[in-house]
Amino acid sequence: MTNLSIDLPGLKLKNPIMPASGCFGFGREYSEFYDLSKLGAVIMKAATGDVRYGNKTPRVAETSAGMLNAIGLQNPGVEKIIENEVPFLANYDIPIIANVAGSTLEEYVKVANAFNKTESVNALELNISCPNVKVGGIQFGTDPDMARAVTEKVKEASNLPVYVKLSPNVSNIVGMANAVEQAGADGLSMINTLTGMQIHLPSIKPLLANKTGGLSGQAIKPIAVRMIYEVKQHVSIPIIGMGGVSTAEDVLEFLLAGASAVAVGTANFQNPFVCPEIIEALPGVLEQYGFNSVLDAVGKGQE
Amino acid sequence: MKKRVEMVVESVNEIALDTVEMTLSNAYVAKNAQSGQFLHLQVEGHSLRRPISIADIDRENGLITMLFKKIGNGTKRLAMYRPGMIIDALGPSGNGFSYDPSMKTALLIGGGIGIPPLYNLGKELRNKGINVIAVLGFQSKEHVFYEAKFNELGETYVVTNDGSYGHKGFVTNVLSQVAKFDYYFSCGPIPMLQAVTKELHDHQGFISLEERMGCGVGACFACVIPTDSEGEYRKICKDGPVFAAKEVIL
Repeated sequence: MTNLSIDLPGLKLKNPIMPASGCFGFGREYSEFYDLSKLGAVIMKAATGDVRYGNKTPRVAETSAGMLNAIGLQNPGVEKIIENEVPFLANYDIPIIANVAGSTLEEYVKVANAFNKTESVNALELNISCPNVKVGGIQFGTDPDMARAVTEKVKEASNLPVYVKLSPNVSNIVGMANAVEQAGADGLSMINTLTGMQIHLPSIKPLLANKTGGLSGQAIKPIAVRMIYEVKQHVSIPIIGMGGVSTAEDVLEFLLAGASAVAVGTANFQNPFVCPEIIEALPGVLEQYGFNSVLDAVGKGQE
Repeated sequence: MKKRVEMVVESVNEIALDTVEMTLSNAYVAKNAQSGQFLHLQVEGHSLRRPISIADIDRENGLITMLFKKIGNGTKRLAMYRPGMIIDALGPSGNGFSYDPSMKTALLIGGGIGIPPLYNLGKELRNKGINVIAVLGFQSKEHVFYEAKFNELGETYVVTNDGSYGHKGFVTNVLSQVAKFDYYFSCGPIPMLQAVTKELHDHQGFISLEERMGCGVGACFACVIPTDSEGEYRKICKDGPVFAAKEVIL
């Protein structure tokens, strides 16, 4: 029997697969397709201190082997999420990870503190890497000092384990990882999207209303694998890996690079059943390459 | 309820310039689809699905007809599918047209590739004994399609922007000529819908909207439309694509 379970700070996962933040809403839509209890965990769509209505449309554009998005953190605000969405997800037998976003240190603290008071949220994913909002988000994710500061504040504001979601839009990803580890992060979540642009020929203008957007999907997978591989060598906290994962083989690649669990994002749009299909295929793929458990494979690509 | 299904291509015909009519078979979709719903299709080699509205439903034979325009790489690739090939689809998706079955006359106003969802609606209304008037707008003569089919349903006005066929101008130019109606139903480009809803602001109407979609199921917040100036919104893929004309701000 291949052992798919893995324990991470605050998260007892029966398998290492979870939908990535922003690609799964709050789970309701996908619960019409399958039983969410099959998942290892769920990462909720980003929460901010107050309601956000996001960017103008168009908000998405297809690219070769991927897509650009500039949703702009649209969400009903942390209080409404706790009131309406967390109880829905709590019906399922899976850990809940809340994605925490903001424009200021105070907003991050407010959101983290609110989730800390709930019974059902098991961990926080600190979103310091959203490329699609004008203020906050990305600055915290590209300046190590700001990343350190926001991580410290959020750790103080909450008893929940904090996984800091790193942006790939930096020249020194290891420096960012070290900064947040020193600030007390319990884990890392990587990578967020890469900033990109597409110009629409008929209108001779950027296609997205926000002009730039975050590139995701299979196109970014090698970048994610490389960054996880590099960071794993320099940190001792676990990594939740993500970026273009769509098959059980991709999952094994991320585990070998150094991820302890893997989130699936854009692939949910192509195939709403992708997460349960990967979970079903994973034991066979692990066995095929000589691994008896998920834990066996973590970081093995480093040796 | 929408499902992930495999649909078999039965026929593919170019019925007007760059305009493709494709018939697909799938018993589940044909049994459950409603006028105004769409299919979210996976086109080989493309990372995002394509939302295409349902133009005709043949429940008896398990067939769905859809029309699309070859605009980008995805729709060009879709047009290359041949009978016997299989398309992975999520559907029937979204909420279609709802209407007051006691109405006497319905006005259908379609622009270009926004016309298809109005066809099945028109057929359904006609079968219920409701009078149908159609106003169909196209860029020019070579883009015109389904004129004869709409003529079978009721009085039909064809308008071309350049005047190469039918009335010259925009669909709104002929609205003053049409007979009295109870409700209108419209689908087409946003500028046309803006003009139509403005012109017919004294009437009750329903509009069907199009937008670039991500997931197509309501999870990703890509295809939202505002409902007020504060920023409240609906999701086109899940709450729509059909809305009451006064429910959303175009």
